[in-house]
Amino acid sequence: MIEHLPALMVALPLFGAFIAPLFKKHHEGVSIWAIFVTGISVVLSLLLTKEVVTNGIIMYVFGADKPTLVLPSGYAVPIRIMFEVDAMGAFMAISATLMSFIGAIYSYSHVKKDTGLEKYYALLMLLEAGILGMVLTGDLFNLFVFLEIAGIAGSALVGFRNYRGEASEAGIKYLIVSAVASLMVLFAVSILYGQYGNLNLAYIAKNVSFNMVDMIALGLLFTSFAMKCGAVPMHYWVPDAYTEVPAGINPPLLVATYASLYALFRVSFTLFANVVIDLARVGWIMSILGVLTMFIGVTMALIQKDVKRLMSHHAISQTGYMLLGVGVGLTVLHDPSKLAEFGRDAMAGGVFHIINNIIYKSLLLMTAGALFYVTGTRNLNEMGGLARKMPITTISFMVGAAAISGLPPFNGFASKFLIYETSYRLNPLLTVFAMVTSVLTLASFVKVFASAFLGPPLEKFENKREVPKPMIVAMLILAALCILFGLFPNVVLDKLVYPAVDALINFAQYHSWGGLA
Amino acid sequence: MSFTLTTPSGFWNPLFWVIFLALFGLISYLIYLRGNPSYKKESDQVKPYLSGNIEPTKEKVQVKAGDIYWGFIEALKGYYKVLEAIHTGDIRDYILWYLGVGAIITFILIGGV
Repeated sequence: MIEHLPALMVALPLFGAFIAPLFKKHHEGVSIWAIFVTGISVVLSLLLTKEVVTNGIIMYVFGADKPTLVLPSGYAVPIRIMFEVDAMGAFMAISATLMSFIGAIYSYSHVKKDTGLEKYYALLMLLEAGILGMVLTGDLFNLFVFLEIAGIAGSALVGFRNYRGEASEAGIKYLIVSAVASLMVLFAVSILYGQYGNLNLAYIAKNVSFNMVDMIALGLLFTSFAMKCGAVPMHYWVPDAYTEVPAGINPPLLVATYASLYALFRVSFTLFANVVIDLARVGWIMSILGVLTMFIGVTMALIQKDVKRLMSHHAISQTGYMLLGVGVGLTVLHDPSKLAEFGRDAMAGGVFHIINNIIYKSLLLMTAGALFYVTGTRNLNEMGGLARKMPITTISFMVGAAAISGLPPFNGFASKFLIYETSYRLNPLLTVFAMVTSVLTLASFVKVFASAFLGPPLEKFENKREVPKPMIVAMLILAALCILFGLFPNVVLDKLVYPAVDALINFAQYHSWGGLA
Repeated sequence: MSFTLTTPSGFWNPLFWVIFLALFGLISYLIYLRGNPSYKKESDQVKPYLSGNIEPTKEKVQVKAGDIYWGFIEALKGYYKVLEAIHTGDIRDYILWYLGVGAIITFILIGGV
């Protein structure tokens, strides 16, 4: 079974999604079905990661006599659809499956009162399948297909509560933005296909000749993925989407955003890594986008009064840290001494921040969802004194807020610490922006804490009480992960993050089709 | 299982921080124990002193989210005016920004800068 794991990873949530409509009249049944499917996916992703970390890159060729048969006799180039799973892909797969699972648990109570739950859960599993396809594939056209699947499922989920006008508007906006970005990805893929006659990432990477047409393709891919991951100044769709989507979908939607970030890294490192002259330029663009993203995201968060919108701007801001960390690594990728000195650690900081942010940002968005569930409003001006009524939500919020602000010993600190130390080596100004952003992040969460949870207990919330158990369980799992990842950062770094970073740096391994070519 | 994370310029050990927090908590608790023992939680002692005026409702004394950081936002009024102006919420503007940034990045990549 192990050799079929890459295919199973996508097939299972797809199967789950197609079965979900059968539970049309059993809303509880479909929730349990989704929890079951996403739970099995977590186990599969852990097995896949173990396999990749132990035995190296896994190749999976669809339709071949043997799934590992990359080049049938007589063939010089790969012609079939291939999945190529390295440690970076496996790292993202764990994030996707874990967050879909937690999202499904949280949704059990959170969307109970809504109608059309079979569609909701089908879309959730479809979104998971889309993300997994994006991070596991070794084929550019496949990447586009799964990008579309994730984009369409995501936009439908954003507009799920279509009885709210804002949700429908946000869903349509997300759909249009995704469609434009995907179209440009398809255009770039067709440019590369026209030149090299193949869609395999590794094959194109080995043959790329860095002419002007290649650079246009890189520009299109870079910008499209940067927009899909919410880099400033192309971030405008993020607050709309994250605010309106049901809180249970926030975790997988976050991972969908970071799957685009993964695609940006994959294109910059794996596809164009041989562009020795121009790669530093790409790295600088990424770092500057990172600084802009973190600073503008956090300053916009400070002035928000809608709790979910505030947190959505923080999601944008945190993406900046990842872009900065990996951008610093990309800038010095072809300078072995600087790469060893700080480049690899900078990338580790950026990649570690992906999973950290997915955890604490999901937690925070879930606490915002809990506030909405209990009070019926997202307006912070109308909240107050909820700490006594919602003690577990309050504690979860405090853990998430401390983690996102980079307070030790929570998980956000370790990754930010690595990014500060390493970006300083490239340019101290980058670090100044990163640290100021952290201070402002803490400030804006103090605002949320003071206005929603502290203060005198308000009469209108007298009869309110804590959210249902499944929502609490989902929040507590994430809060526990914030603490565990903060207390044992080196374990996560050694087992997951550094193998992922090395997979990006050692792009020659990815190009060699599992050692066959 | 090791707690120490080695970084390019040093190391980070969360265990030290946890020990420090525990120590800090203990000192705070000792200070708390030396507090006034005559304090009664369920008595008039807990009411605010308002020079004899009647205490306003809780809703009226609540600090709203919009009031927090008023000074900071007022000081950066010019900056926020620009930022809010570009966050139009119009999908056509979203696409224009995307096209503009795409053009600049492609221009840089093909060697224009």
